[in-house]
Amino acid sequence: MEALWHALFAPGFFTSQPVRQAVLVGGVVPIVAGAVGVFTVLRGQSFAGHSLSALGTLGGSGAFLLGITPLWGILTCGFAVAGVMELAGTQRRRGRDVATGLVLSTALGVSALLLYLVTMSGSTTGVTVTLLFGSLFALSGITVPAMTLLALVCLAVLALLYRPLLLSSVSPELAAARGVRVRWLGLAFLLLLALAAALCSVAVGTILSTALLIGPAATALRLTRRPARAMVLAGLVGVVSTWIGVVLAYDSYLWPPAGKGWPVSFFVVAVILLCYLLAGFAPAARRGSGRAGPTGRAGEQPSSGPREPLTPARLR
Amino acid sequence: MSGSTSGETSEHGAVLDIEGVSVWRGGRQILDEIGFALEPGEFTGLIGSNGAGKTTILRVVMGLLAPTQGRVLVEGKPLTRRHRSVGYVPQKLLIDPDAPVRARDLVGLGLDGHRVGWRMPSRERQRRTEEMLEAVDASRFADARVGELSGGEQQRVLIAHALVGRPRLLLADEPLANLDIRSGQEIVDLLARIAAEQQIAVLLSAHDMNPLLPVMDRVVYVAGGRVAAGTTDEVVRTEVLSRLYGHPVNVLHVDGRVLVVSGSHVTVDAGAVMDTGAGMDTGMDTGAGMDVGVDASVAAAERR
Repeated sequence: MEALWHALFAPGFFTSQPVRQAVLVGGVVPIVAGAVGVFTVLRGQSFAGHSLSALGTLGGSGAFLLGITPLWGILTCGFAVAGVMELAGTQRRRGRDVATGLVLSTALGVSALLLYLVTMSGSTTGVTVTLLFGSLFALSGITVPAMTLLALVCLAVLALLYRPLLLSSVSPELAAARGVRVRWLGLAFLLLLALAAALCSVAVGTILSTALLIGPAATALRLTRRPARAMVLAGLVGVVSTWIGVVLAYDSYLWPPAGKGWPVSFFVVAVILLCYLLAGFAPAARRGSGRAGPTGRAGEQPSSGPREPLTPARLR
Repeated sequence: MSGSTSGETSEHGAVLDIEGVSVWRGGRQILDEIGFALEPGEFTGLIGSNGAGKTTILRVVMGLLAPTQGRVLVEGKPLTRRHRSVGYVPQKLLIDPDAPVRARDLVGLGLDGHRVGWRMPSRERQRRTEEMLEAVDASRFADARVGELSGGEQQRVLIAHALVGRPRLLLADEPLANLDIRSGQEIVDLLARIAAEQQIAVLLSAHDMNPLLPVMDRVVYVAGGRVAAGTTDEVVRTEVLSRLYGHPVNVLHVDGRVLVVSGSHVTVDAGAVMDTGAGMDTGMDTGAGMDVGVDASVAAAERR
């Protein structure tokens, strides 16, 4: 029994300060990511979330060069980009795609330069990897309390806006008809998304941030039909995945090549993917559930155009 | 069609009163001094082809578009943005099948979807949601995701969403456009029943008035940004619609159906009537156009 315990939690796990920080952040950030993530998926803004995360690289590397904690750089950059996205969103759809693509690639290009400068500046070779792929074990002083506080703020605002946000996510048209200021609400959500993406970026890196934001949400959509329950479930999936990732990463110090732990983010993302795949077996994932009696009614089938006749050409 | 007395509308009791409303957008006039009133319990069809101005009228009534001139009164009071006494049913929902929103969630949001703040769902909220789902015969699929519902089922849920807040006026934007004939007829019957039972004014927009003829108390006919309002017998007449369109049109009655065709070419010759199929204004898609062409030629043959 004790042997198993030690195999699971390598010696020193419960006394290590970095582990404690990782567990705390891993218990808070995924909750925010889950709730925001479900709205993101519902609103079809996964790409916006990904862009915000990717652009965090620019803010993070810039902040490091200036000697500021990367979190602030990522956050500032995210808010600025969210504002630009909202402005661009008022124009035509095609123009928006072009603008997003152009801004995204330009920003990543500049990030490449900044990361190069960071590497050249000497002693800090690990920064690039930390920024891109995160490290829950390497969070500096102010970062942990700041992240916790920001996460709570994000959750509070989300709870306040919950109903109008849900309605406008289902249908902006319905929300507008009820007097909801759909545009302001869209901007508010984009800022919350930037905040959540920044928190995820610090936790698992700017590149893998999307996995923590979207993965648990996508898993939850397979498990439940209720909006609030989906958000709670997504949060739980995220927290459990992160904690399992932390345990495995700590254990991996003893794995080959010994003496160097495997990246935490790898484990976290791997567990999230596993959860998503397992959720595919859940009964709630099946279509047509939630109906009383026999599914469907005669004459109620959606009529999507005339049916194609079975011509000889089609039979061949 | 109906025995409703109209022509003059009483100032008192009108749920909606539109007076001399014009809308200009981008240097173009979309509505030209339109006016009509809706009474409680009446089912009114807002009829016109695409681009005639139906959607603009609905947006004005919802308070989403301020008229350039004229005034809109809802229950005798000037329209504000948050007008609780107007319910709205959109044409369809663009939502993924796996979105975690059940039919009952959407109906519940009809009560408090505009409210900021956090509150535990109350028993009263649940009761009214349940009641409304029952009223539109949607209880069977109340727990299904809205994205998975068929067009007709979605319309029922959307109607429940609009009605659960107890509006006095219900607006439905082309609800029949995405439905097969049978589901469409069910939705029309449902809305007519609701109008009568709950004393709500229902304004339903459509490009074809025929599915509405059995239940429609009044018609607001839209063409070129102007309207003619009254009972179908008063409005859907050759001289009234010709004046509205500004060019001659013919109103034909065929087997209880009404056809409005461009009038200048109508002769007893069936071939010439086929030509008018292109100018008719009841059905927009080519399928309906063919249909009218054939019906019109039948009418011409009967006249002969």
